[in-house]
Amino acid sequence: MNKWLLTLLLLIPLLPEALAETAQEKGLAIAVEMDQRDTGWGDMTADMQMILRNKRGDESLREIRVKSLEMANDGDKSLTIFDRPRDIKGTAFLSFTHALKPDDQWLYLPALKRVKRISSSNKSGPFMGSEFAYEDLSSQEVEKYTYKWLKNDTLDGRDVFVVERYPAYKHSGYKRMIVWIDMKIYKPLKLEFYDRKNALLKTLTFHDYKPYLEKYYRPDRMEMKNHQTGKSTTLTWADYQFGTGLSDRDFDRNALKRTR
Amino acid sequence: MQRLTRLLLLWLVVTPAMGGEWSGYVSGEVRLFPNSPAYPDQRGDNLSFSFEPQYYNEWDNGKQSFTFTPFLRFDQRDDERTHFDIRELTWLKAATDWELRVGVRKVFWGVTESRHLVDIINQTDLVENIDREEKLGQPMINLALIRDFGTIDLFLLPYFRERTFPGKNGRLRIPIPVDKDLVQYESGARERHVDSAIRWSNSIDIWDIGLSWFHGTSRDPLLIPVLDKRGTLKLAPRYDIIDQVGLDVQATQGSWLWKLEMIRRGGQGKSFTAFTGGFEYTFYGIQDSSADLGVLLEYLYDSRDDAAPTPFEDDVFAGMRLALNDAQSTEVLAGFIIDRNDGGATFNLEASRRLSDNWKLEVEARFFNGYERTDPAYTFRKDDYVEVKLSYHF
Repeated sequence: MNKWLLTLLLLIPLLPEALAETAQEKGLAIAVEMDQRDTGWGDMTADMQMILRNKRGDESLREIRVKSLEMANDGDKSLTIFDRPRDIKGTAFLSFTHALKPDDQWLYLPALKRVKRISSSNKSGPFMGSEFAYEDLSSQEVEKYTYKWLKNDTLDGRDVFVVERYPAYKHSGYKRMIVWIDMKIYKPLKLEFYDRKNALLKTLTFHDYKPYLEKYYRPDRMEMKNHQTGKSTTLTWADYQFGTGLSDRDFDRNALKRTR
Repeated sequence: MQRLTRLLLLWLVVTPAMGGEWSGYVSGEVRLFPNSPAYPDQRGDNLSFSFEPQYYNEWDNGKQSFTFTPFLRFDQRDDERTHFDIRELTWLKAATDWELRVGVRKVFWGVTESRHLVDIINQTDLVENIDREEKLGQPMINLALIRDFGTIDLFLLPYFRERTFPGKNGRLRIPIPVDKDLVQYESGARERHVDSAIRWSNSIDIWDIGLSWFHGTSRDPLLIPVLDKRGTLKLAPRYDIIDQVGLDVQATQGSWLWKLEMIRRGGQGKSFTAFTGGFEYTFYGIQDSSADLGVLLEYLYDSRDDAAPTPFEDDVFAGMRLALNDAQSTEVLAGFIIDRNDGGATFNLEASRRLSDNWKLEVEARFFNGYERTDPAYTFRKDDYVEVKLSYHF
């Protein structure tokens, strides 16, 4: 047999691999599809309740109202208002999120009537003492991570993509995350967070997705479990409203000051 | 006082029918003074209670609102500290490019931690705390114009509030009590002089900038020694008409906050300049924990030097802020302000921890050390204190 022909024959089994997309490309394509399916919702308001549980099972409650505004070529704007615990009632948090550039954040302290610009380097810090870090609740932009598709699988009877992602922004508390994404609605069902030392830190699960404006899926409940501390947080959402006519003006420092 | 109490009671009965919501707090505090007082009539450890409810109602899709916040304090020993004030009684109307507020309010301007130089709209409620962060409600009409180049706030301040001063039984005061009955004004209109202010503020990239101008009655009085009718030496507060330009800037870059506040004031003796500038740097997630540790350093300057009626004319503030970021929001802010001339120093500590959804515990301590006779802080030399405050928030 001709030497050239032999080489060709040996290469044939490799061809489909070379033509198909890499695991990185496939992971990215899934993230892009997730992002596209969640584009166009405009603005949203919702009530959020958090139940914080420590290892002994002691609970404490947080009640928060959230307003968000979708931005076309940037991260979303959001205004978070605290109702409970009562000592921080009226405290409000304004955030302009960005994909890779640090977010712009202001805090309104009602006792002093003071608007304070704060650093956004605390991405890995706990939100309100809960098991959710600021970065877990921040707006999800494609550029925030690099991706790697691991496999297709099923989770609780649903077909899922299993994708690994790596933070591309600074100050993340994670080395990587594994996401189980529902193939039908392109929404995460489960997330595993690995700390900077690559040890499993937390698991987040999403429950009872419902469509709003027919196609924007939002969960009713999220459960975060910290495997290293034994603490957990249940986050429930209520009264989602879309298209309430919010604009940039509802997300500036003047609006922050008059928020109650 | 009695009429106000009755009005307040009537309000409490009537408002549930109007909707809206009540929130607020009740606090009990004890101040422990380890040293015996420096001046006659001053007393020892002190108990005090305060109550600050807030009524809030909004309508017109949140574009209009009404807020009412009365404040009441009962003090065991100081009659001047026992007082009532309306902190807020405001109607607000917000439109797309303007916001109008009419009534009694509190406004804060500024960025630094050790001193609030630029903040001038409200009078200090000095009997509350010597940190000057407690303010009396200020009657005003405030129109905010919201433009692409920032927000312009216009203020008309039709009535002046006099500063509160501790009475003769109170601690943390100057040797001779200030007698408010002897008040002097530069303006013939006295407390009815209409003060005005304008402020431009904007946020550009990492910069948050405010530029302000105030014309009217100085919130800081000069204290003039006078003899009253009986021939007793008293201090009369004198309020001059001043012009003050203020600048406040913060640059937020990564874990750094760079801060500057600067004022130029004319009309109260010789014109003078004062500034506070420095930084706050935060180490996030120290020792692989959730806790953050911030380091603060600020320099405080006043061109009046030793003639300044403030202890902070050439001082350095160094402090740290520890936030555990736990479910109880445990926080500690501690620091020194050191006078670079006489070496006198004030140590401050403020700590707080939530006990439950409604209860909160706070500890505050101040120690005064090594001030020379000429320093205004010298009069506090025996007034080191530790305050423990328990509050119920509803």
